[in-house]
Amino acid sequence: MDATTAEAAAVTWRLARRPDGWITRLFDYKPFLIGLCLAPAIGLLVVFLTYPLGLGFWLALTNSTIGQRGHFVGLANFISVLDDPVFQLSVFNTIFYTAAATVGKFGLGLWLALLLNHHLPFKSFLRAIVLLPWIVPTVLSAIVWWWMYSPQFSIISYILVNVLHLRSTYINFLGSAWPARWSLVVANTWRGIPFVAIITLAGLQTIPPSLYEAALLDGASSWQRFRFITVPLLLPILSVALTLSTLFTFSDFQLVYAITDGGPFNTTQIMATLAYQVAIPGSELGQGAAIAIAMIPFLVALTAINYFGLARRKWQQGPANE
Amino acid sequence: MSEAAAGDELLSWDSRARRVVTVYVPLALFVIVLLFPFYWMTITAFKPDSEMEDYAHHSPFWISSPTLHNFNVLLFHTQFPRWMLITISVAVGTTILSIFCSVLAAYAIERLRFSGSTQVALAIYLAYLVPPTILFIPLATMVVQFGLYNSPISLILTYPTFLIPFCTWLLIGYFKSIPYELEECALIDGASRWQILRRIVLPLSVPGLISAGIFAFTLSWNEFIYALAFIQSTGNKTVPVAVLTELVTGDVYQWGALMAGALLGSVPVALFYSLFAEYYVSSLTGAVKE
Repeated sequence: MDATTAEAAAVTWRLARRPDGWITRLFDYKPFLIGLCLAPAIGLLVVFLTYPLGLGFWLALTNSTIGQRGHFVGLANFISVLDDPVFQLSVFNTIFYTAAATVGKFGLGLWLALLLNHHLPFKSFLRAIVLLPWIVPTVLSAIVWWWMYSPQFSIISYILVNVLHLRSTYINFLGSAWPARWSLVVANTWRGIPFVAIITLAGLQTIPPSLYEAALLDGASSWQRFRFITVPLLLPILSVALTLSTLFTFSDFQLVYAITDGGPFNTTQIMATLAYQVAIPGSELGQGAAIAIAMIPFLVALTAINYFGLARRKWQQGPANE
Repeated sequence: MSEAAAGDELLSWDSRARRVVTVYVPLALFVIVLLFPFYWMTITAFKPDSEMEDYAHHSPFWISSPTLHNFNVLLFHTQFPRWMLITISVAVGTTILSIFCSVLAAYAIERLRFSGSTQVALAIYLAYLVPPTILFIPLATMVVQFGLYNSPISLILTYPTFLIPFCTWLLIGYFKSIPYELEECALIDGASRWQILRRIVLPLSVPGLISAGIFAFTLSWNEFIYALAFIQSTGNKTVPVAVLTELVTGDVYQWGALMAGALLGSVPVALFYSLFAEYYVSSLTGAVKE
């Protein structure tokens, strides 16, 4: 309201000084300006995000292959994909990978954040280097993990066997199903810890110390202080971080592609790597699109959790706070 | 500092020894585990082949005779410099495009307040939640149709889809912190909207622009699946894809060259990050809090 009156005042005042060209007037015309400002972002998003999303649904209903526009085949792709044991295994693997890595990331990330929240020397330096695993390109650090998981020259095996003498044989990390799955979970957890830790640390620093002092005076133990002050006040920010993290872990591609490429014998195939394998090297675009589309219900479920997390946060802050 | 430390001492009942066990030891373990892969990557990159696979005679944790052989192979016997150039230009191009679009969109949403602006903001936020893994197949067919297959331009056009939502949200937060009165004054003084954006809003949101720029640059440097799916020719690959697909040849892995590639591919991002670490942390936490 104020803005418009001010604007009107400005226009009349300016008109008194010198007449504006129609271009200037056009650029001060609000609807035009709004359209102009939103056009690049919305345009790019519609062309390269919304349209491909729809196109993905359409492709999943056709028997398209690379270089050949297919025709409509109804739900045939989904039916054959759902019957495929490799797809079923990939769904299991994706869920396992997401669940195990999320538990690891959040457990350890929370712990690291609590550690970093102490008064420490070189605090900001520590905080900066701890974030490194998250900064470095995932594929490049995945290659390092691949090398560390090498059956003959694994440095992890070397430490366990020759330094700590905990085992007598080298571990074949990526040779069979379960060791390979856990190896991927460990690599993903390693990469995700800093993200959780830094975000949680930011949340921790907004908790007023007076709350802890009050609890201490009331005789609360350190566990009680954690349980009844830290956890509830961190919950809003944790729920956002949790959903973003699960969303991106669920749709992860690069780490698995680089370390195992779904092997041995598809036992670590997750939905994203399977979709890639079927669609691009296998050139079955329709089938691949169907696998990718099959991820959407899971992603929507995770986003719904995010929404309720946010809704809860609003409720905690009260309606006045936007 | 001393006051806080004294308060801490008063509040917590743990002795120095207890503090060492509960804080310093776990923290040291965390740092070692989080940084060890980088140490291992660096040390392998400088190792001669003979030491790399002979743990009996050489301790794997150190190098007896460091060599630049692996870097020599990488820089002069592969197209690594070209991959680097492509990656840099894609990252710079994408960052500029994304920041440009995001600044305008954030300004329109936050400052030109129109009915439906919250819906637009929400739609943009939802776009952030659509992962590239469900888009790359249809996008690949579009890229082929546009005749952009094998061209880095396809990456510059598609990366903004995951950068614009993030940057827009970050910038909305920054624009919110700029007092509206400044704009009103400028309006009364006869400034046009364009002048307000350029002379008042942008200079005041430089930290936000830096945060968004760093984030966009790092994310586009790290992007993998689009670069893998849209570019096939060796000469046009980006570093992350090329290191994985071009340096693994046959059954014999050239671990030295691979590690050298991983090291050189990580250094620019790490360097960039170390210069602006504070901005990075603030953008990361700011966007999640938003």
